Amino acid sequence: MDTSFNLWILLMPFVGALVGLTYMGIGRRIIARVQHRYGPPIFQNIVDVLKLYSKKTAITHGVMFHLAPTLAITGTISTLMFLPILTGPHGIYLFSFKGDLILLMYIMVFGCLAMALGAGQSGNPNSAIGVSRGLSQMVGYEAPFVIAMVTLMVQFNTTSVHDIIKAQDSFVHWNMFQSPFAFIAALFAFLGFMGNKPFDVVIAPAEIASGPPSEFGGKYLALMQTNRGMFAFVKLVLYVDLFMGGAANFVSLLAKTFFFYLIPLFVGIVNPRFRTEQAITFFWKWPTVIGLLGFLMVIL
Amino acid sequence: MKEDWGKEAGNIIARWARKHSLWVLAYGTGCGAIEIPPTMTSRYDAERFGITGMATPRQADVLLITGYLAVKTLKRVIRTYEQMQSPKYVMGFGSCTINGGMYWDSYNTIKRLDDYLPVDIFINGCMPRPEGVIDGFIELQKLIDSGQANGWKKYQDNLEWYRTNQKKVIKNWKMPDYNW
Repeated sequence: MDTSFNLWILLMPFVGALVGLTYMGIGRRIIARVQHRYGPPIFQNIVDVLKLYSKKTAITHGVMFHLAPTLAITGTISTLMFLPILTGPHGIYLFSFKGDLILLMYIMVFGCLAMALGAGQSGNPNSAIGVSRGLSQMVGYEAPFVIAMVTLMVQFNTTSVHDIIKAQDSFVHWNMFQSPFAFIAALFAFLGFMGNKPFDVVIAPAEIASGPPSEFGGKYLALMQTNRGMFAFVKLVLYVDLFMGGAANFVSLLAKTFFFYLIPLFVGIVNPRFRTEQAITFFWKWPTVIGLLGFLMVIL
Repeated sequence: MKEDWGKEAGNIIARWARKHSLWVLAYGTGCGAIEIPPTMTSRYDAERFGITGMATPRQADVLLITGYLAVKTLKRVIRTYEQMQSPKYVMGFGSCTINGGMYWDSYNTIKRLDDYLPVDIFINGCMPRPEGVIDGFIELQKLIDSGQANGWKKYQDNLEWYRTNQKKVIKNWKMPDYNW
């Protein structure tokens, strides 16, 4: 028990990054097929990250600039550590008995804030615009997300992720079907989280260079890309835990997370980009109203 | 012996990764820029070789100079090149970067890009078609694989020579000093 526990704590960040980056590669491939292209190989993002790690790096803009990628990846790994990855007899729980949903909601934002500080210090106007857009959009999608989470907590009268997973013991009891309004609200928030097309105003290619990371290169960018892959995995696992009753083995975990990954991808392929204020008004209008409706239904 | 082996393995992985992931900063100086969109998008799809466009010099590996360079533009290009992180490669695109092309007589364009920046590979033609551009990228990949694409080292070693050449054409030299 103890050795496997320690082993998974060491391995899980790497597994998470690999899975997240591979999903992104598959996503690029799917986008390419939709655009009638052949597309890059599915491990392209991993190759990109390897290349970035092999680059020499000589940029400096100040202390926070150097710290930002490290802090971001620290935030992501600590979020990962408080998530139950697999449940059941051969579960991988990491430290998740020590934290609950409120801690997860709180710690998930840490990486974004560290990135914002680092990008802000880089002095690039594109970064500053990207940061302000990103934080405004975060204010937008945090509202339906928090409402959905609170709905779940009130519904099961607990803040522990374990108890929420335990309550969804069979297919029909998945929160997807049990509390559909919270699920819809959380799903819209998820579109904002993933930063795919309708809500990609932060990175905004061809508009503000590449947004916050536009001054980061070489190994800094490598860390940030690893962080991006790992954070995608964290969000996917969190949603699988909350709405699909967790996963008992790796095959079902991969299937369920991939299902969740496809939703923002497909929405992104067919949609153009929202402006910042459009995104915020969208998030505060429909998902929030649906989430509040679900909340009312749970209370009454 | 063991350290050598580790270093060699690292080099092989690094070369392989660099070869298969080329992020291009397309500096659309001249008319050649019009050939880049078809190269990158659905018709010729350079992404299948891992070639992607990048928006900022900090993240890019390849500086693609498409066409003639006015003296004013050269200053910006030098600054862009020096902001890129090594290993970095320069690709001269079209005959304008090789010998001035049809701008041979011009009073404000440079003739030979190689005098001012270390060019790793030239694609000739006026203008080269997307097939030519992709062929140039494949050649660059071969050069990277064999370890011959080290223009960035040449630039560091012969900085004085390049600076003299650059300052010869750029009269109002007001550039920050980079230490990379």
